[in-house]
Amino acid sequence: MADTTGETPVQARCIGDTTIIYASDYLNKLSGERIERECKRQLESGCRALVISFRDTELVNSIGVSILMGVIDASEQNNARLIFSDVNSHTADLFEMLGLTRHVSLAKDEGEALSLVDPQTNAAGSAS
Amino acid sequence: METNTQRLLHTFAALADLGQEIANTGDFEEMLRTSFHLLLGSLAIRRGAVGEYNRDLGQLRLVAARGLGTTEELALPLSNEHARELASSSSVLSLDDAAREAARFLEDHQAVFAKVEIDLLVPLVVRDRLIGVVLLGEKASGDKFTDEDLEVICALSRHIGVGIHSHRLLEEVEHKADENQRLYDGLRAIYKETVRAFAAAIDIKDRYTQGHSVRVGKYSEIIAREMGWTDDAVEGIAIAGYLHDIGKLIVDLSVINSPERFNASESKEMSRHPAAGYEILAPISHPYADIPLMARYHHERLDGNGYPDGLKGDEIPAGAKIVTLADSFDAMTTDRPYRKKLPLEDVFADFRANTGTQFEPAVVCAFCRAFLKEIEGTSKEKRLIKLLGKNYDNVESVSPLLNALISDLNGGVMTVGAGH
Repeated sequence: MADTTGETPVQARCIGDTTIIYASDYLNKLSGERIERECKRQLESGCRALVISFRDTELVNSIGVSILMGVIDASEQNNARLIFSDVNSHTADLFEMLGLTRHVSLAKDEGEALSLVDPQTNAAGSAS
Repeated sequence: METNTQRLLHTFAALADLGQEIANTGDFEEMLRTSFHLLLGSLAIRRGAVGEYNRDLGQLRLVAARGLGTTEELALPLSNEHARELASSSSVLSLDDAAREAARFLEDHQAVFAKVEIDLLVPLVVRDRLIGVVLLGEKASGDKFTDEDLEVICALSRHIGVGIHSHRLLEEVEHKADENQRLYDGLRAIYKETVRAFAAAIDIKDRYTQGHSVRVGKYSEIIAREMGWTDDAVEGIAIAGYLHDIGKLIVDLSVINSPERFNASESKEMSRHPAAGYEILAPISHPYADIPLMARYHHERLDGNGYPDGLKGDEIPAGAKIVTLADSFDAMTTDRPYRKKLPLEDVFADFRANTGTQFEPAVVCAFCRAFLKEIEGTSKEKRLIKLLGKNYDNVESVSPLLNALISDLNGGVMTVGAGH
């Protein structure tokens, strides 16, 4: 899963047709657009469910929210499931307050996120 | 945390980040994209765009957009009249309310905006002029925009407007600076051409010293460069060399072209030329410093026995000392009506004999170094050797003389004349 932009690749893991993308600390600056690009790339290559993991993300600011809105749009356009996992309580409150949770499911961790997606789809796993 | 407090903190952080982003003028496109993310993310607005208004083209070009699909590349016609209306309208125009000014603009582009589901239009106005617009779609929550939301949108949009305006001003300043530089370069080129024409005119008057002024200019340039002068100062000294004899234009032609050595009266007439040159050059605004003084003082001597003012040592400007040596070198290495050009050995013997009394030691030393570098091939160009011409075909033979002269000057062995 090479990133062709020359930027540091976004960490992603494919399990069946679900992709887990790690938001890391990219999200709160312009470089976070690479997460959106990676999500779009995964969706275009047939991914049916996206899990964005916030396990390494302490805080989400307005730029992060805007980028996530782009991911929400892309998922909806592709009829793909979108789940945010490992979201801390402060960020979860923010997502709730801003209405993102109307479009996204929150899961406490990756396992719960994958269980929200059709289990049969995730029978075979591969890392990238 | 209470929702309202959290909302305020989130918005305040966006405003703070936006202020910092606008102040960072490094990359305009990046600033716009970041600012627009901050605006959308502050209220989780699903789609929107920032359009920059170009009055000359009568066009609104989308410079940042999200969620608008193919529309993101749009450039919409916007007449000056509509732009004025938008500039004078209220700060946020709700399309639901079909505000009159917005309606007129939006009617023109109804198909476009219906497709992209835009709800709000915020004119970006700086000093009563429309800079651009912000177009915004619905919030992720699906809720209507509250008055508080609209205030946040206005505050953030104003920052974006100021950012675009500042960028434009900067572009204008840069454009004007480039234009001024081009004009200045053009004027300098014209000035140099004029100076060269003058140098040619001076040299034509004296049939025995054709090309003298140009050569003195070039020798002066070489010496100054060797002495580590700045590029600008080197250009200036070359000009001074070209013009150093301009005062000869007022000297009687019969004196200038006399085939014999000058008698007392002819010498007196001839010695008028440095001061006359100064009078000619002084009223002109030269782009380089001290050109008239270099013409006036190129016959001064360190020991005070020169003319027209009998200056001594450091009273003589450094540039004039360079032109003096260049002038003497060319005089000695070209045929005159009363004598043939001197062998280089005699020229450098003259330098040795007159350093400290007529010539500045540092200038002589620099000249010798430059010459030696050409002979030894350590300098790429052979400008001095070329200027000397084919009549000096064994320049290598003076290397020992030059080395000795440099060594004596550096070691302080030579007696240094008056003023030092």
